[in-house]
Amino acid sequence: MPLRRKLADILALLFAGAATLFGLVWLVWILWTTALQGGAALSPVLFTQMTPPPGESGGLLNAFYGSAVMVLLALAIGTPIGIAAGTYLAEHGRYSRLAAVVSFINDILLSAPSIVIGLFIYELVVRPSGHFSGLAGALALAMVLLPIVVRTTDEALRLVPNTMREAGFALGIPRWRVTARVLYKAALSGIVTGVLLGLARIAGETAPLLFTALNNQFWSADLSQPLANVPVVIFQYAMSPYDQWHELAWAGAFVLTAFVLCLNLGVRFLARGAK
Amino acid sequence: MNVPAKVAAHDSGAGADRLFRLVTAGAAWLVLIVLGGAAASMAWGGRVAFQTFGWRFITSRDWDPVSAKFGALVPIYGTLVTSLLALLIAVPVSIGIALFLTEIAPRWLRGPIGIAIELLAAIPSIIYGMWGLFVFAPFMAAHVEPWLSDHLGQLPVIGGVFAGPPIGIGLLSASIVLGIMIIPFIATVARDVFNAVPPQLKEAAVALGSTRWEILRRVTLPYTRSAIIGAIFLGLGRALGETMAVTFVLGNAHDLSFSLLMPSNSIAAAIANEFTEADTDLYRSSLIALAFLLFVVTLIVLTIAKLMLMRIGKVQGRTH
Repeated sequence: MPLRRKLADILALLFAGAATLFGLVWLVWILWTTALQGGAALSPVLFTQMTPPPGESGGLLNAFYGSAVMVLLALAIGTPIGIAAGTYLAEHGRYSRLAAVVSFINDILLSAPSIVIGLFIYELVVRPSGHFSGLAGALALAMVLLPIVVRTTDEALRLVPNTMREAGFALGIPRWRVTARVLYKAALSGIVTGVLLGLARIAGETAPLLFTALNNQFWSADLSQPLANVPVVIFQYAMSPYDQWHELAWAGAFVLTAFVLCLNLGVRFLARGAK
Repeated sequence: MNVPAKVAAHDSGAGADRLFRLVTAGAAWLVLIVLGGAAASMAWGGRVAFQTFGWRFITSRDWDPVSAKFGALVPIYGTLVTSLLALLIAVPVSIGIALFLTEIAPRWLRGPIGIAIELLAAIPSIIYGMWGLFVFAPFMAAHVEPWLSDHLGQLPVIGGVFAGPPIGIGLLSASIVLGIMIIPFIATVARDVFNAVPPQLKEAAVALGSTRWEILRRVTLPYTRSAIIGAIFLGLGRALGETMAVTFVLGNAHDLSFSLLMPSNSIAAAIANEFTEADTDLYRSSLIALAFLLFVVTLIVLTIAKLMLMRIGKVQGRTH
C-alpha cells in the first residue's frame, strides 16, 4: 500500500480518537467544576431556608418547592395529552394524513427554541391576566414536554407487534379497549422512559420560565403569583455580583445536574433491563 | 324491537371507539395548534415593531430603548456568526466521534462512550452557561485569546477577526460553548446512520483493499449523505435557538464588531436579557418581533433537517 494512503488512514483514525476525547473532555470538565463548586456550597441549610437578599446567606427551599410544583403540574398536563396524541399517531390515525402532518410538526417542535414557547405563554396567559404566575410557568413547561411524550409514545406503540392487536380484535374487543388494556401495557416501559426523559428535560429548562413564572424571593405556594424556581434563581444569582449568591447558584446547579444525570442514567439502565 | 344484548354491547363499543378516536385526534391537533399558535402570537405581538420600522428592523443596527429605535442587525449577526462557527467546530468532531464509535472503538467501549456523548445533551443549558461564565471564559481570557490576539491579530486580512482585548466573554467563547452543546445531536445521528450502512457495501470496499478512511470517504459518507446533512441542519436549528448558555457567555453588547473576541448579542440572548425590563409597547413588540424571526428561521432549518433525515429513512424502509 502506498505510504500516502496509509498515512491518510492513520491520520483519520487519530482524528477520530482525538474528536472523541475532545467531546469527553468537556463533559468531564463541566461535571467536575459543578461537583467541585457545588459540593463545596452544599449544606443542609440549602433545603431549610429561603432565597436570601443580596449579601446574606440562605437556602433554596422556595426555589426547590416552586420547581417541583411546576414540573409536576406540567407532567400532569403534558403527559395525558402527549400519550393521547402519540396513540393517535401510532394507532387510530396511523395511515391518515393528519397523523403524517402531526408527526412531522412534532419533530420540529421537539427542537424548536424553548424561549419562543415562553413568549407564547406570556402572550397567551401572562399578558391577559396581568401578572406572572406559577401556572403560566407550568403551562410553558408542559408545552416543552408535549412533543417528547408524543414522540416516545408513538415509537413505543409502534414496537408492539401487530399480532397482539389482531388477537384482541379476534376476541371481539373494541379497539379502544385493545389500546387501553393490551397495547399500553405492552408499551408501558417505553412510554414511562419517555415521560422520565421529558421530566429530566423540563427540570432544567430556564428560558420558558423567564417570562412566565418569573421568580419570587419569598415563600409562596400561590400558583397565580410569581413562583420561585431553581433554573431562574441560578440564572439571576450567577449573573449577580454577590459571592453568597454565586455560591447558592453553584449549589443549585449541582443539585439540578445531579438530578438530571441520575434520571438519565437510571432510565437508560431500566430500559436496558426491560429489554 | 328487542336488540340482542350482544349487538347492543357491540354498538356501545363502536361509540366508545369513536370517542376514543376523537379524543386522541384532538390531542394530535393540539400539537399543530401549539406550533401554529406560537408562530401566530409572535407575528401578532411583533406587528407594532414591523409596522413602525419595516425592513429597517432587520437592516438597522441601532438598538436604543431611550430614543425608541430598534434595529435587529446586531442580534441577527451574532446569532448567525455563533451558530455557523459552532457548526464549524461540531461537524468535524461529530463525524470523528461517529467514526470512532462505529469502526475504531472496541465493542465493549462503544456503549459507555456513546452514552457519555449523549449525556452532553442532557446537561441543562443553564449549567453550560454558568460553567461558561465562571470557568470557560476566564480560561479563554487567560490562555487562548492573548495568543490569538498576539499571533493572528497582526495578520493583514484576518487580523481584524482576532483583534481586541482578551476578556473571555464574546463571540468566540459563545461559539465554542454552542459547538460543544450541539455535538451530541449531530454525533448520535451520524453514529446511527453509519451503523445502518449495509455491511455488504463496506465489505466490498474492504475486498478492494480500501483503508478505513477510504471506506468512510467513498462509501459511508456518500451513502449517508442526506442524513448527515439533516443532522447538521438539526444542530444548526439547536444552535440558532439556544438561549441560556449564549446569554451568559456572549456579553449582551449591542455593537457590531467583526472581531470574534468582542462581546456581542444574539436574538435569544437579547430576549432573555431584556424582555422583563422592556417598559414600552414598542420595546416589547420589537423583542417579540425578534422571536418571530428566530422562530421562522429555525422552523425552516428544522424542516430541511427533517426532510433530509426522512430521505435515508425511505431508503431503508423506516422512518426516524
